[in-house]
Amino acid sequence: MHIAEGFLPPLHAAAWTAISLPFVIFSARRVTRLMQDQPQTKLLLAASGAFAFVLSALKLPSVTGSCSHPTGTGLGAILFGPSVMALLGTIVLLFQALLLAHGGLTTLGANVFSMAIVGPWVAYAVFHGTLAINAPLAMSVFLAAMLGDLATYAVTAGELALAFPDPVSGVGGAFIKFAAVYLPTQLPLAVIEGLLTVVTVNLLKQYSRNELDNLAFALGGAK
Amino acid sequence: MKRTNFMLLAIALLLAILPLLLPAPNGLKEPFAGADDQGMNAVTTSNPDYQPWFNPLWEPPSGEVEGLLFALQAALGAGLLGYYLGLRRGQSQTRQQDRVDAGD
Repeated sequence: MHIAEGFLPPLHAAAWTAISLPFVIFSARRVTRLMQDQPQTKLLLAASGAFAFVLSALKLPSVTGSCSHPTGTGLGAILFGPSVMALLGTIVLLFQALLLAHGGLTTLGANVFSMAIVGPWVAYAVFHGTLAINAPLAMSVFLAAMLGDLATYAVTAGELALAFPDPVSGVGGAFIKFAAVYLPTQLPLAVIEGLLTVVTVNLLKQYSRNELDNLAFALGGAK
Repeated sequence: MKRTNFMLLAIALLLAILPLLLPAPNGLKEPFAGADDQGMNAVTTSNPDYQPWFNPLWEPPSGEVEGLLFALQAALGAGLLGYYLGLRRGQSQTRQQDRVDAGD
């Protein structure tokens, strides 16, 4: 989902930056408030960021014969709500843009929008939506992380389609073309991300009950 | 719970390894290329006139250094996550032990 440096026309790069910036600023304030109100969850927040850090570094082979990486943003979105992930995801993307030449500064806004904003929000919505229809907790966590991962790549395809519409079939045709590059490869990786997120939540339920009870997670009635 | 977790991890591992064992799909120019690169290739193929207008400020000087930094990223993440889970596991065991000691 990393759009490489300089690969979005200046107008698009600026527009995605303008769209993402308020989310990241709000996220930073949200994280600051969380640290003040619930300092006992600081370490869990760092661990959620660490989860995204490690998962987005793993480039895994897929059955399509390509490699891609999970995003790891679903866990934090489920535990702390989606708004905190905008900041954590931006940190991950900055590290990769500056040290790995993976993604870029001009495309940071677009990459933040797909991985650190839409992915977490989709994960959060799926998590609470499925819990509301009484899905088992593990199923909700799995679907949330998996669909958040896929949504991130779908948004990347959309961003590229808007910047590079097909001369004949337009933005729609370009979206199908870019989605065909990303989504088949991503599907098994999204399943892997879903499974790893369920395992992590299982461990947290066992060892971090106190912290979970203080969090948005408890809203889901996830006892 | 422990067994469930091991099973889930085993499935995840299988999903990651299976593609390497299966015969590669036909007609691949480069097996297991990165999807991110393929996305950018799709841009340049359909828009041969497009020139990236900005270059990375710094690039890893070789594939080795890039591998090092990716490994560092994974190690930092996994290290912190492992520290957190280990710490909480130890604390929850201490709590249980205290309850046992208190005859609870």
